[in-house]
Amino acid sequence: VSDGAARHERCEVAIVGGGPAGLAAATALGRAGVDGVVVLDREVEAGGIPRHAKHQGFGIRDLHRVMSGPAYAAGLAEGASEGGAEIRAEAQVTGWGTDGGLAITAPGDRYELDARAIVLATGCRERPRSARLVPGSRPQGVMTTSTLQQLVYLRGQTPGRRAVIVGAEHVSFSALLTLSHGGARAVAMVTEQPEHQTFAAFRLGGGIRFRCPLHVRTRLSSIRGRRRVESVELTNLDTGETREVECDLIVFTADWIPDHELAVLAGVELDPLTRGPAVDAALRTARPGVFAAGNLLHGAETADIAALSGRHVAGGVARYLDGEPWPDSRVPIRCEAPIGWIAPNAISAGSGVPPRERFLLRATEKLTRPRIEPVQDGRPLWSGRLRRLGPGRSTPLPPDWISRVEQGGGPVTVRLL
Amino acid sequence: LSARSPSEDAYDVAVVGAGDVGAAIARELARFELRIALIEAGPDVGAGTSKANTAILHTGYDAKPGTLEARLVARGHDLLLSYADEVGIPVERTGALLVAWNEEELGRFGAIRENAERCGYERVAQISAEELYRREPHLGAGALGALEVPDEHIVCPFTPPLAYATQAVLAGVDLRRSEPVTRLERGDGGWQVGTSRGRLAAKWVVNAAGLRSDEVHAMAGRDGFTVTPRRGELIVYDKLARPLLSHTILPVPTATTKGVLVAPTVFGNVMLGPTAVDIDRKDDTSSTAEGLAYLRSLAPRLLPELAEYEVTAVYVGLRAATEHGDYVIGVDGGERYAWAGGIRSTGLTASLAIAEHVRDELDRAGLELRERPGGLPSVRMPNIGEAAPRPYAEPERIAADPEYGRIVCYCERVTRGEIRDAARSPIPPADLDGLRRRTRALMGRCQGFFCAAHLPAILAEHSDRSAAESTESPQ
Repeated sequence: VSDGAARHERCEVAIVGGGPAGLAAATALGRAGVDGVVVLDREVEAGGIPRHAKHQGFGIRDLHRVMSGPAYAAGLAEGASEGGAEIRAEAQVTGWGTDGGLAITAPGDRYELDARAIVLATGCRERPRSARLVPGSRPQGVMTTSTLQQLVYLRGQTPGRRAVIVGAEHVSFSALLTLSHGGARAVAMVTEQPEHQTFAAFRLGGGIRFRCPLHVRTRLSSIRGRRRVESVELTNLDTGETREVECDLIVFTADWIPDHELAVLAGVELDPLTRGPAVDAALRTARPGVFAAGNLLHGAETADIAALSGRHVAGGVARYLDGEPWPDSRVPIRCEAPIGWIAPNAISAGSGVPPRERFLLRATEKLTRPRIEPVQDGRPLWSGRLRRLGPGRSTPLPPDWISRVEQGGGPVTVRLL
Repeated sequence: LSARSPSEDAYDVAVVGAGDVGAAIARELARFELRIALIEAGPDVGAGTSKANTAILHTGYDAKPGTLEARLVARGHDLLLSYADEVGIPVERTGALLVAWNEEELGRFGAIRENAERCGYERVAQISAEELYRREPHLGAGALGALEVPDEHIVCPFTPPLAYATQAVLAGVDLRRSEPVTRLERGDGGWQVGTSRGRLAAKWVVNAAGLRSDEVHAMAGRDGFTVTPRRGELIVYDKLARPLLSHTILPVPTATTKGVLVAPTVFGNVMLGPTAVDIDRKDDTSSTAEGLAYLRSLAPRLLPELAEYEVTAVYVGLRAATEHGDYVIGVDGGERYAWAGGIRSTGLTASLAIAEHVRDELDRAGLELRERPGGLPSVRMPNIGEAAPRPYAEPERIAADPEYGRIVCYCERVTRGEIRDAARSPIPPADLDGLRRRTRALMGRCQGFFCAAHLPAILAEHSDRSAAESTESPQ
């Protein structure tokens, strides 16, 4: 998108996305003494997903306290403002201007913002029913967790009576809580995996209080209903057996896809596994001056982890503004199945260690005590056992081996031993 | 219902069905001094079979020579192209490439060109495989050559019937939505039309009921055709895939189907489909695991990189196919009854020509056509295509009206201003699906993740309808 008629504006750092990652980045930049930070958020209010996740459990890792989502979101926005950042709500970046600036649409205003550094923190979304190619009719009563939470918490509506939840990750249990607050009962939770993928404590919170049968190795294979959902067909992946479950609401949870449109339009290379921008440990993308942080980098982590990613990116941004050169080469990190993805996923000189001093790793199936080995050109860089590895929830991988990567060498491959 | 003479306030013409065809007929007849009702069973104009077609502006190069369909598609193509310019219907002049993937298909090129010429279309030209890959570098390997059909374009499927109906309504046509016709009864000098809401009198009835046209035909006491719905499933891919393609890529058609095509859309997506399966139920717009798997199995050959992109939406359309190989259009002057049935996937392209044809037939059959002074009121439809600027990217427009700067559907960049305009338009949307067809809201990759909870309230804010009434999910 380019528009010659639009006016231009300048700033030091433009942060696209005012969720936990973007706001935490703004706060940390303020603390580092960087002036001229602008946070652009397309919603009516900054804060991101926690704004409408009205349960407890936010802020544990970054603020070392337990808060509700809305309180957490408000606190992050306040912190960014106090640090000197300018938060612009209802400002959507729709593309890149001709000179590399951000093309922005806001109430009464269309302009381009030219920034010395840009942090993409656009987050991720749950794949909707269509992207999951679930066949059947197209009735009302089919939504993602985000829509459900906005309906219940922001609009005070009753979304339905009998719900089927697709997915069994953290967010799926969060949907379970939301349903109960919204006056709906979950009649089934289905996952194609052999078990749920969340922490026991979280499951206790959701599962015990709002008991709901969990169907593992099960696919939601068809949706039925004319105007409103009437039932779903569930298929057992092992036996092929099908059963019909009556419901008037289907919540598609998890199965995240980074909101990577702006990154793609910037020509930034995506990691083929995370589908987020490929970044090094300083969260630098392949395009000079463009950083990426938070859940844009990979399917969702919790909000506090996204915020810590935002806090981390501020360090690299500040060093870049001080004149640190952009690396002109980097070594990609690949994964060998059944390892699903790793983030960050590139190694470049002088990048330091990743956020929270760890790589995040996921597998496409559950692995117990796997031995993991990153190798470059046949040379093991490290090897060690992880407690567990699987889908839906990340496992930390220590970053000690970064220094052993040859910059001129081939890609690093992370594999199972 | 008792047979009685139409009263003074009887309609001159009742058009049954407000899809592409019915709305075009109502618009055409609105040029004359006639009192017209446009009666639609569904909640909106174009909400039946018209809403899920392949959105191709056909040349008719592959029609059956000598048929009414061949003639009306050719004429309709030119009419719609200039009408689109006039009222602002998004069209992209992409042209199509019909690709041969084996010697047998290549061998049929001669016959296809000959057929096109017999249909009066003479611009089909063969291009080499080399030229094909120069134009479409992302196409799968192994193509042997292509026929270029330079006037086979892409068009917005949603705006045409809305434009027709808007013009008709502004010219005084009574649009009656959510009012299925249940019964037709012949009285002296006209018809008693029974609907779900009562009855109305009309001197003439025009049946443009699409999938239900055979049922309305039977209500008028006639037979002669049966509609067998043919299901077409379509997959719409993410806008990020749009650079993969610049033309519509057609397969070599077989005797029974035009086959599966891959095409850009005027909204900036890439579309793959349709399947073609005859089904029993006229209301079964379900997608199927088999249909979707079949379409996805074709992608690796057609456009291998497509598989790397997200699917944005799946649509299912039902074509109103009959046992006849042609449109079934006729007028009975004695009965004061006209019908336009069996209008299949070419109906959007042909709609304006069908309307002209039906007008002429009605004229011949004795419907008095006195031109209204001043002609049809002019309309300009909101642009929802990618080829021209949309409000979110227009600085002057935003400066003059801040609401055009408030994006509420982030994926499709739909602004509050556009939702307000839709709500206040002559034919406001009846529900979120209607809003989607008018503005593109909810049509994008998130399918409502961000905005679905709020749109009903925004729509209600500008309508006289309550938010609760239109609360629904988009998927």
